Amino acid sequence: MTDSPSAGSPGIDSPGADSPTVRFLTADGAFEPTPGAEEYASYLERIGETELRRFYRDMAVVRRFDQEGTNLQRQGQMALWVPSHGQEGAQVGSAYAARPQDHIFPSYREHAVGLVRGIDVLAIVELLRGNTHGGWDPTDPSNGNFHGYCLVIGSHSLHATGYAMGLQRDGLVGTGDPEVDTAVLAYFGDGATSQGDVSEAFVFSASSQTPNVFFLQNNHWAISVPVTVQSRTPLYLRSRGFGVPSVQIDGNDVLASYAVTAKHLDEARAGNGPQFIEALTYRIGAHTSSDDPTKYADQAQHDLWVSRDPIIRLEKYLRSLGEGDAFFAEVATEAEDFAADIRHRTLALTAPDKSLIFDNVYSEPHPVVTEQKQWLERYEASFDTSPEASAVTKEQA
Amino acid sequence: MSTETTLDELPMAKALNAGLRQALADDPKVLLMGEDIGPLGGVFRVTEGLQAEFGKERVVDTPLAESGIIGTAIGLALRGYRPVCEIQFDGFIYPGFDQITSQLAKLTNRGGGAFSMPVVIRVPYGGHIGAVEHHQESPEAYFAHTPGLRLVSPSTPNDAYWMIQEAIASNDPVMFFEPKSRYWPKGPVDFTASAAPLHASRIVRTGTDVTLVGHGAMVSVLLQAAEVAQGEGVSVEVVDLRSLSPVDYGPILESVTRTGRLVVAQEASGFVSVGSEIAATVAERAFYSLQAPVLRVSGFDTPFPPAKLETLFLPDADRVLEAVDRAMAY
Repeated sequence: MTDSPSAGSPGIDSPGADSPTVRFLTADGAFEPTPGAEEYASYLERIGETELRRFYRDMAVVRRFDQEGTNLQRQGQMALWVPSHGQEGAQVGSAYAARPQDHIFPSYREHAVGLVRGIDVLAIVELLRGNTHGGWDPTDPSNGNFHGYCLVIGSHSLHATGYAMGLQRDGLVGTGDPEVDTAVLAYFGDGATSQGDVSEAFVFSASSQTPNVFFLQNNHWAISVPVTVQSRTPLYLRSRGFGVPSVQIDGNDVLASYAVTAKHLDEARAGNGPQFIEALTYRIGAHTSSDDPTKYADQAQHDLWVSRDPIIRLEKYLRSLGEGDAFFAEVATEAEDFAADIRHRTLALTAPDKSLIFDNVYSEPHPVVTEQKQWLERYEASFDTSPEASAVTKEQA
Repeated sequence: MSTETTLDELPMAKALNAGLRQALADDPKVLLMGEDIGPLGGVFRVTEGLQAEFGKERVVDTPLAESGIIGTAIGLALRGYRPVCEIQFDGFIYPGFDQITSQLAKLTNRGGGAFSMPVVIRVPYGGHIGAVEHHQESPEAYFAHTPGLRLVSPSTPNDAYWMIQEAIASNDPVMFFEPKSRYWPKGPVDFTASAAPLHASRIVRTGTDVTLVGHGAMVSVLLQAAEVAQGEGVSVEVVDLRSLSPVDYGPILESVTRTGRLVVAQEASGFVSVGSEIAATVAERAFYSLQAPVLRVSGFDTPFPPAKLETLFLPDADRVLEAVDRAMAY
């Protein structure tokens, strides 16, 4: 077994002429498409410099948001933070490839996807702070059909498949109308590919030829366990045995992520069945704020992937197109403001109401939950700690 | 079978078939999904003829994977469908356990009530059919322990016909435990009205000396025991639980207040079981009415044995009467 940085997923570290890996931008921001990128080049015609600036802006804002999340965790505002640092290119490109009517089933690290789809990412802070288990309403159109985070690895791949089965029954696949046809984009990581649910999602989606795109962010680590422990074959090949066509991309190239996801979402919406994308990327930070990568990660590998940073890469490309300092300074200020706003609103958060324990356990009235909710109210009242009660006590004294 | 008829003698399997057909006809969002439920009609033929009638999109033969069945049903429910999943046998439900307990049961709560999870999971359960390992189990307690799920179990064809439709109409996940040994005996089905609400327990035989409580196939055993006891001069009341979560304690407590004695019977192993929970609750709430400790009659705390020994494992009328005798002796 090799211990090279991308062991288990060859193709990105030395993309030769026969490399299947799709990449448009080199780590230095030069537009040099790999052979595998050719069939996707036309999808870049859908975007111009306005979109490229937007990609850059969102990646930079989420990078700063993520840093603020770590800061707030270190300052005791959250028990846990889940960093997204390093994966912004894979997330922003793929998220922009989705159409408004598409549905997104994230894992729990897709902060950038949530931002692009329009959720208030303070909800992620609230979730990790322990104010809620969810945080945003996926049925509210303003949240961009971005479904809830799912912490049991890979479970949501089946929910995404079932949702796509529903879209088929609703006649929203393969009509040829771009405003109608709908796909489901599901994200998971390299660790999830070992879960049975992900294999079952491939089985069910292939069986029903559902409009699913499964987007794997291979960030090379499942907490402390390298991807080589999960798979001896490149992960993009995994789905092919299930009859799900696949492609491997440089996940730190936002253009590759956009173009490849756009094409495969088109395929899914057209009724051509499920698709699988493996985006090679790297978790620059820790798994969570409770993790300690110094115990297991290799510094040289880390440094190599820092040199492939998706944001710096796009900045270099934008500068080569003539973008100047003013734009980058403006984005830096916007990111600072965004983080400051998150900080202020985090510090203003209050504890959730105790009704959260009991409400919505069931959709319909349930005698046990009702009884226990009432019991807790009586129990708490028995201590008479309210200001009104203590005021009365003082008066009586 | 015609719904013109108001009273018909049907086996439970056919009553369930009629109930499912009615649910499919009433609501286009209702879907059936499971292994072998299409042309074969399920291994117990409960869904016989339904795919031919409603099509492959609404009566779905799924790949052979229980987590996949429940997980995709969750996605369909998020999209507004009302999936009814068939788990082929009790002992095959465990590959779907995570999707049931960590996802299906919790998603409405996790989502702050923004959406419901109207999913029914039909589980043919229990022994008495002489089958091989994994085919005769009673796994109710695992799921009764999980907040967010509802559990029901019919004991008669009439209840089966109505309760399956009421379960499908519920906006909460309902686990529907079908006593497979009762699939074939016929009983009257009244197509005009349900006997009781989905989560109501019901006194099905009145008596004055001791109350017996059970669900599913155990109810017929309890009625048989009551008949024998009558001959021995002991008047036995029988309560059909019907709902395992929540438990409708009203009729149980009302009965125990009168009889002063309670025996809870179940096929499941007794340790940390639905019967244990009922025993504890009745002891708390009816302490001063009790003439004897609440007694439990359960399957042994062993794996379900090879089928040639199942009659020793499963509580029968004699095992129930032995407990009745003990209760009466206090």
